[in-house]
Amino acid sequence: MTESPFVRVLLRIGTWLVLGFLYLPLVILAVYAFNESRALAWPPPGLTLHWFGEAAANPAVRAAFLNSIIAGSAATAIALVLGTLASLAVQRFSFFGRDTIAFALVLPIALPGVITGIALQTTFKTMGLNFGLMTIIIGHATFCVVIAYNNVVARLRRLPRTPEEASADLGADSWLTFRHITLPGMATALLSGGLLSFALSFDEIIVTLFTAGAGTQTIPIWIFASIQRPTELPVVNVVALVLLLLSVVPVYLAQRIAGETAGITR
Amino acid sequence: MTAPGIGAEPGAPAESRGRRFARWLYPRRRAQLWLLLAAPLIWIGVVYLGSLLVLLLNAFWAKDAFTGKVTPFDWTLKAFVDIFTKPVYAIVAGRTVLIAVLVTITDAVLAFPIAYYMARIASPRRRGALVVAVLLPLWAAYLVKTFAWRTILQGNGFLSWVLSPFGIPGPGLDELPNAWLVLSYLWLPYMILPIYAGLERIPESLLEASADLGARAGTTFRRVVLPLAFPAVVAGSIFTFSLSLGDYIVPDLVADAKFIGNVIYDNSALGNLPVAAAYSLFPIVIMLVYLIVARRLGAFESL
Repeated sequence: MTESPFVRVLLRIGTWLVLGFLYLPLVILAVYAFNESRALAWPPPGLTLHWFGEAAANPAVRAAFLNSIIAGSAATAIALVLGTLASLAVQRFSFFGRDTIAFALVLPIALPGVITGIALQTTFKTMGLNFGLMTIIIGHATFCVVIAYNNVVARLRRLPRTPEEASADLGADSWLTFRHITLPGMATALLSGGLLSFALSFDEIIVTLFTAGAGTQTIPIWIFASIQRPTELPVVNVVALVLLLLSVVPVYLAQRIAGETAGITR
Repeated sequence: MTAPGIGAEPGAPAESRGRRFARWLYPRRRAQLWLLLAAPLIWIGVVYLGSLLVLLLNAFWAKDAFTGKVTPFDWTLKAFVDIFTKPVYAIVAGRTVLIAVLVTITDAVLAFPIAYYMARIASPRRRGALVVAVLLPLWAAYLVKTFAWRTILQGNGFLSWVLSPFGIPGPGLDELPNAWLVLSYLWLPYMILPIYAGLERIPESLLEASADLGARAGTTFRRVVLPLAFPAVVAGSIFTFSLSLGDYIVPDLVADAKFIGNVIYDNSALGNLPVAAAYSLFPIVIMLVYLIVARRLGAFESL
């Protein structure tokens, strides 16, 4: 079908409008990081770099960053191991209940996060667990498993079986075949799945507010707590800009790893 | 599995334990399957589904009037009676579902033109640039984006600056439509990407066939493109609908409104766990129905 020139122009205008809508808030936020005033009135009265130093020296921000990095790394590690095991089982074996397991694995991201949050919180309370970094990691790993699983299962589906069979015919046992044939084949899927898991964990607040307890802050929890305190706003602006710039990293890496479309949908 | 046993040639003096185990395992498909499945099954089955079960049970357990703690195995339907008799719970549920539906429709309408442009009109190079341009806001932190909208919508923020020449005041931070606007913004990339992927998969030959059979562009769009892209729209809607349904940060921060999630969170914080648990069954049931319908419509192949 060839679209008429008129339709093409309309579509181009629509595309630019949507892009403008997507980027306008981000641009405004970036400007506020240099805002001279503590108040968030538009336009800012003047520009300064003062708040960057203040943000870097803020102990709560540093502690929250560290917590977020620990939680993201631990949740991603758990998710990659469990997600890979599950995807190998679902993709390389056929067994009773396979579809049910595949469905159960997707539930933690298909159901609203508030459900995962309150369910885990209730269970932790019932078991008498202490809330903290540990409970945050358990919560994050639960939805990160899905991400790792989705990425690896999609790769295994496309990976030809013949090299694995050849390896077995040549006398390699399951472990050797896995190490030398299957694992290298899915390495980039693991990388993009891990990247996505880490980013998701780093960004999570809906579940985390339920599983963090009072004493532990991740970066999103720190932002959430500080947004409503006017004196903290300049530092929030700076942290927000830094996070904005950091989000370029996974997009760049994901593009490099797997071409156009790998791992775009969470 | 176990430690690697590389290099144990036939007739080599001592076979490592790992290697012997791997050889024992090789013909045993059942054992392999169980080794693979055990850990993920325990995690998803016990940690996740187990927690959901504990939540479900709490909805049917009574709360001690003195201590405020839930007494396990003291069965009651009091939480459900509360939810069905006090109108506030129905109002909040209706408000949340309404906004989630509006957000989904808004995102589908906004996403279609840009997805169509990306998939069928843009040159390959521009297409790649547009994918990145849509991915960047998706990866930007959720709270950062919500915070950005707070600064835009608030009393003397960007929006009231834009509107002031026309004598219209800014919306402030306690209007329900703010939640619709900000949620639509947040989940828009989740709708664009599946629709783009769905449109890109439509073979050119089908469109040519439609034109050869005499259909005009509008007819081809309605009768060929839309039906083929529909599963992708449903796939995107799973994200926009589910994420809106469970959100309690955005309504709090930009609209000062209570959604289902806020009621669950507040009740749990106040120690009223049975009501929080009973109320969370509502979004679970809605989402399960939604997922079953979406699966029927073929959305899972488009995820």
